[in-house]
Amino acid sequence: MAVIEIEGLAKSYRVYQKKEGILHSLKGLFHREYRTVEAVRGIDLRVDRGEFVAFLGPNGAGKTTTLKLLSGVITPTSGQARVLGHVPWKRENAYRRRFALVMGQKNQLWWDLPANESFRLHQQIYRIERRQFERTRDELTSMLGVRELLSQPVRELSLGERMKMELIAALLHSPEVLFLDEPTIGLDVVAQYNVQNFLRHYQQARQITILLTSHYMKDVAALCRRVVVISLGRIIYDGSLSGIIDRFGGHKVISLQMSNGQPPHVMARYGQILAAEPPRIKLRVQRAVVPQVLGAILAHHAVEDVSVEDPPLEQVIAEMFTHPNGPGNHADFGESQP
Amino acid sequence: MSREPGMISAGYAGPGESDEPSEGLRGGRLGSGLASAAFPSRLAVWWTILRISIEERLVYRGDFALGTLMRFLPIVTQIFLWGAVFSAIGAASGATQVAGYSYRDFIAYYLLTMLGRAFSSMPGLASGIARSIRDGTVKKYLIQPIDMLGFLLLYRVAHKLVYYLVAAAPFALVFYLCRGFFPGWPDAATLSAFAASLAMAFLLGFFLEATLGMIGFWFLEVSSLLFVYMLFSYFFSGHMFPIDMLPGVLGRVVQVLPLQYLAYFPSAVFLGKITGPALAWGLATQLAWVVVFMVASRAAFHFGVRRYSGFGG
Repeated sequence: MAVIEIEGLAKSYRVYQKKEGILHSLKGLFHREYRTVEAVRGIDLRVDRGEFVAFLGPNGAGKTTTLKLLSGVITPTSGQARVLGHVPWKRENAYRRRFALVMGQKNQLWWDLPANESFRLHQQIYRIERRQFERTRDELTSMLGVRELLSQPVRELSLGERMKMELIAALLHSPEVLFLDEPTIGLDVVAQYNVQNFLRHYQQARQITILLTSHYMKDVAALCRRVVVISLGRIIYDGSLSGIIDRFGGHKVISLQMSNGQPPHVMARYGQILAAEPPRIKLRVQRAVVPQVLGAILAHHAVEDVSVEDPPLEQVIAEMFTHPNGPGNHADFGESQP
Repeated sequence: MSREPGMISAGYAGPGESDEPSEGLRGGRLGSGLASAAFPSRLAVWWTILRISIEERLVYRGDFALGTLMRFLPIVTQIFLWGAVFSAIGAASGATQVAGYSYRDFIAYYLLTMLGRAFSSMPGLASGIARSIRDGTVKKYLIQPIDMLGFLLLYRVAHKLVYYLVAAAPFALVFYLCRGFFPGWPDAATLSAFAASLAMAFLLGFFLEATLGMIGFWFLEVSSLLFVYMLFSYFFSGHMFPIDMLPGVLGRVVQVLPLQYLAYFPSAVFLGKITGPALAWGLATQLAWVVVFMVASRAAFHFGVRRYSGFGG
């Protein structure tokens, strides 16, 4: 069953162009120049109940704009969207009681009061029945290990603890759809891991639908089976995480440990040398010719150890962003269906 | 945590108020189903917002109390200043009155406008709304089932209640010490009219400043605009001198502005300067202005949000 249905969704902003200098500032008083920024240029997407979907894309790709559209903060220029059957930008309370948006950089809790007070207020705003509220709160606080911090003023919590409290605040009303915008930004590795773990268990247990944007590939790899890549306001890939490498990783990395001290440049004829620390050499080889290359190397050189790996995901994705028209020979950016 | 710029608000706000942290927009994920909930559950929401806002206000009670006390000092200056003005006028022309106000009337008037301002001044409200639009925190009012104006009003009530709690004793002391300046207690009807005008001054101040803050949806930076407004308000609300002293066209213009209901009107009612049909008419006009700005702030929010593009990530 589709929880989120998006058709041709587009959002453009008019941005005031301010040139440097006093003269231009004065001119700007009378005649302003605007530039239209097309943040989202026609997105089609369907997300079913219980899916955990990651939005990937460079800064300014349109990820956050899409989340803002889906949570009703802004109204689209054109196109349609329905979440749980509601049009988000109508901002009906019936919809607002069924979803939550968590932004990693925004502190939504009352700064000077214990988190529990903010939670109490949420209980009232979202009209959560008292016993239900207490049960959910206690469950969430023990899952995230912050139970004993409930009565401590939020300003005295660490960033990681605060993020956990933010998540709890967002989940108290048991939203069916959760939008997470960079939930682990700025957290240390341990806190990141804890939040990831929590999200995975929570999502599996409740089967809620989650849309996540993150710059941490570890978040995405740990949590999401489905990845939607947005670049320049368009969806350029929609499929599994490993599929990204199959589709866009046009090459593999062959790591060799040579048994005798052969000069590395000899290996250059097999592929691009990525690193050479004799006796170890790393070669970048076109995916299609890996078997032949490997065969030739083993036939002509004394090799002690060999491994063939996909390039790191971050690298594939970075290449995807910098060459949106296709770095790899298998890339097909026109159609994004996996 | 930002605070109101000092200069204008120090003269403008009630004693102690200008030093308070500004609007609680940075505060929690707040709200209420103010519009649609059944009445008992709506009351529970209101009560929770009020209770939590009061708790928040009490966190920095020491600083707050000290600030409040220190801001009573200008009263002394004012009493001496006007004393000097009147004795200079008396020495020069032999007059004991200026535009129908004696020295005693003047001090009584001044003390009463201070009380009026304690209800109608809204330190940090407009700038807080504008800032929350600029930095994106206004989003929470769009995402959560919550009415922004309803929430801010309750937050402001809490803010005022805590303020009265701290300021009641100093206010009582000042009025007691200055009792000689007053003609005596007005009758019960006048007192009720005074109380009503103070309550409406609070609402008018709130909705007027909220409307101004919503301009932030169109112009991201509104601090200069607010500065101009505060300057006008300082003179034309009657905070500095009774506006019926203003001559000619200016006097007539000020009479039709809503600003007089923030300070001049309640004081004039208490001093018995407005009575009978004029009093009824005045109260009705004040109420009309409250409704005008209530509607204006709602409309500004409605259209502003449609324009809103969710600044600040």
